[in-house]
Amino acid sequence: MVVKHAKIAFRDLRVRYGDKTALEDVSLEVAPNEILGIIGPAGSGKTSLLRVLNRTLEQTAGAKVTGDVRIDGEDVYRMRDVSRLRRRIGMVAPLPVGLPMSIYDNVAFAPRMAGVTDRKRLEVIVERCLRQAALWDEVEQRLGDLGTKLSGGQQQRLTIARALSHSPEILCLDEFSIAIDPVTTMRIEEVLKELRKHMTILLVTNLVQQARRLADRTAFLLLGELVEVGPTEEVFGRTPRDRRTFEYVHGHFG
Amino acid sequence: MGVFATSPESRRRHRSQQVAFAVLLAMTVLLVLPVLAILGMLVWRGAPALSLEFLFTAPVRGMTAGGIWPAIVGTMWLVGVSLAISAPIGVLAAVYLNEYARDSWVTRVIHLAIVNLAGVPSIVHALFGVGAFVLFFRFGTSILSASLTLAIMTLPVIIASTKEALAAVPMTFREACWNVGASRWQTIWHVVLPNSIAGILTGIILQVSRAAGETAPILFTGAAVFVPFLPQSVNDQCMALSMHLFTISTQVQSVPQSITYGTALVLVLLVVLVNGVSIVIRSRIRRRRKW
Amino acid sequence: MDDPGDNTRLVGRSPARERLHRATELVIETVIRVCGVSAVIFVFGIFYFVFREAAPLLFGGLDLGQLLTSSAWYPDSSNPRYGAFALIAGTLSVTLLAMLIAVPLGLGAAVFVSEFCTGRTKEILKIVIELLAAIPSVVWGFIGLVILNPVIIDLFDTPVGLNILNGAILLALMSVPIMVSIGEDALKAVPDAYREAAEAMGATRWQVTWRVLLPAARNGLLAAVLLGVGRAVGETMAVLMATGHSVNVPDSPLDSVRTITATIAAELGETAQGSNHYRVLFVLGSLLFLITFLVNLTADLVIRGVKKR
Repeated sequence: MVVKHAKIAFRDLRVRYGDKTALEDVSLEVAPNEILGIIGPAGSGKTSLLRVLNRTLEQTAGAKVTGDVRIDGEDVYRMRDVSRLRRRIGMVAPLPVGLPMSIYDNVAFAPRMAGVTDRKRLEVIVERCLRQAALWDEVEQRLGDLGTKLSGGQQQRLTIARALSHSPEILCLDEFSIAIDPVTTMRIEEVLKELRKHMTILLVTNLVQQARRLADRTAFLLLGELVEVGPTEEVFGRTPRDRRTFEYVHGHFG
Repeated sequence: MGVFATSPESRRRHRSQQVAFAVLLAMTVLLVLPVLAILGMLVWRGAPALSLEFLFTAPVRGMTAGGIWPAIVGTMWLVGVSLAISAPIGVLAAVYLNEYARDSWVTRVIHLAIVNLAGVPSIVHALFGVGAFVLFFRFGTSILSASLTLAIMTLPVIIASTKEALAAVPMTFREACWNVGASRWQTIWHVVLPNSIAGILTGIILQVSRAAGETAPILFTGAAVFVPFLPQSVNDQCMALSMHLFTISTQVQSVPQSITYGTALVLVLLVVLVNGVSIVIRSRIRRRRKW
Repeated sequence: MDDPGDNTRLVGRSPARERLHRATELVIETVIRVCGVSAVIFVFGIFYFVFREAAPLLFGGLDLGQLLTSSAWYPDSSNPRYGAFALIAGTLSVTLLAMLIAVPLGLGAAVFVSEFCTGRTKEILKIVIELLAAIPSVVWGFIGLVILNPVIIDLFDTPVGLNILNGAILLALMSVPIMVSIGEDALKAVPDAYREAAEAMGATRWQVTWRVLLPAARNGLLAAVLLGVGRAVGETMAVLMATGHSVNVPDSPLDSVRTITATIAAELGETAQGSNHYRVLFVLGSLLFLITFLVNLTADLVIRGVKKR
């Protein structure tokens, strides 16, 4: 299936760390406002794919990227202002990272770095993002507390709130449920269903069922190779295009 | 275990363990004892000399009587000026090495240079100070020349400890900042530095203690045997505690023992006090990590 | 404009302020880069300025053979001779004896602190050893002068207690801290799995240390010793005050000597700038620079070898 007006387009993407290949000839398109699930065993290049998109991979020593990455048709690797690119993308890492500052400052960090100084505006942004991340009710009374003092599940939602604070068009989640309990996971999944109305979501997950629940389409990466990408029902159905997909999603390896 | 515990083989091994422990313990004690003995001796012989008058008056009668006030003031000048030079350079150099530099030949060369800067003998630093600051840049023998020499000499202390403090800030914090569009410098300024400031201060304090104790680098660059007035600017010469101790214990005849011991004690107390502060700060940081 | 449904981009600075912001960052980062390479500039500077003062004599008639082999050090006589062999011998003898004392003590203490101590004891020992490092060299010299001197006279029944032994004891105590800290790092770098595996087979702590840890940490310990040597060769004030100040090729540890560093410190103040005597001291300085440079370079290469493995 070819996506019309792709929000994100990877073409012939190849990523190397020294002499190790992390991604090989990956071509993939993502439509606006869709949730794309990305599944595959550990070490398949899922995280590299996300880090290529916001160009944080460049900051890793020895990483080399070739190929073409576009957002709204604009070549990501030709953009001169990396900060602006990164503000278009929200990134949520596998382990929650509360910055060692107050909850309020955690969420206000990105807007401040972008130059927002107006107190009123910052307050509005902080409240909006914490509500969107389903954390507001729990922290409303203690916005001045250290972000690092929250529980794991709360910190992960704080991370999501921070990822939303710069109003991204694209939200990337990298195995966000790895360190949190199932109840919180379900809450965040509900949040994602709401957020997709406003943005495109890349959902890297180690739980294949999570992709099945949420994703419109699912991509299967194996050892740096994009084995297949298609509508979620098809990938998880009886007859995916590739035998290995069937084996993976039905738990025969990985 | 019980079956083997009584076999001759096991007993022999147990014996060797005990002997080794005893020998190593003895070696360590041999190191620790002299320090305690020496400090004890300095305190015992020097303490009687300590008085407000000793601390706050100038030496008189060819330095065989009076106090050490000009030397204390001079040391403060030297330490202060050298700190003002080496702290910013050292901290920024560490920021470069830890936050910007990649592992390349440039980094290796810089690293090697730092190791050498730390390893070059203090008297060679003194020659450098004479050749560069006193003569070439025409600063003359002055507090400025001496402080520049001290600053360069103690730079590696600040770089090394700052780098360690920066490296202790988890990488995930930086990545989280980059992910939301903060630039490298914003990340350093708003997250990395605030969370390593205590460690950086420790290094700067250590620099103070190093600079206060050095003698050779200031011998020919700015410190003088005796200056009848307190320094007014960085272009003046000054006395210094370390230099003063050297002078009264080797160059001047018939200085009463209480004065030399007293001077040595003041110098050691100063250095130990400063080190103590840095040790306290360091252990505080370890306990009060925010992550 | 920041309601929940809002998906417009976050607008912060105006274009003009954005440019200013960028320019500021560029300036800051340039300053950081310059500071980053400053250490290299300084090392070159040291070499350049020391060598610059030495060069006219070095290339203008200094007999290098005489400098390195003769012990006739008469820089002030009307027929000046610059034979630095006795000074080199002085430096080497004090360093050698210092290392004979310091290496076993330093490495022993490193092993003790790293493998046989835990918790509070370890913390306190490390603090004491740090204090050892903090005592200024002029204070060490003073200690040699007023405390060790009479002790040595009494113990060995010699007329003077300011000699190689005195200086070596001081140098040993001064160079031990760096050996302990680098040595401890080297031992810490050996993976705990080695210790656990050996202990699981019933080896005692000491057997583990002797058979497993010391061989594994060999290079790091070697580097520790080298750095100690570098420190001892370059030490100035303590040896100036405690080794007796006599130009002399020694026969016994109880002989007085004078080191290269002490000679520079003692004589530079009395020479006329630009004179041959003045310049020969810079030649000695260049020599010291080269020696310590090589020692530090070797130590660094050895440490790197450890890290790469």
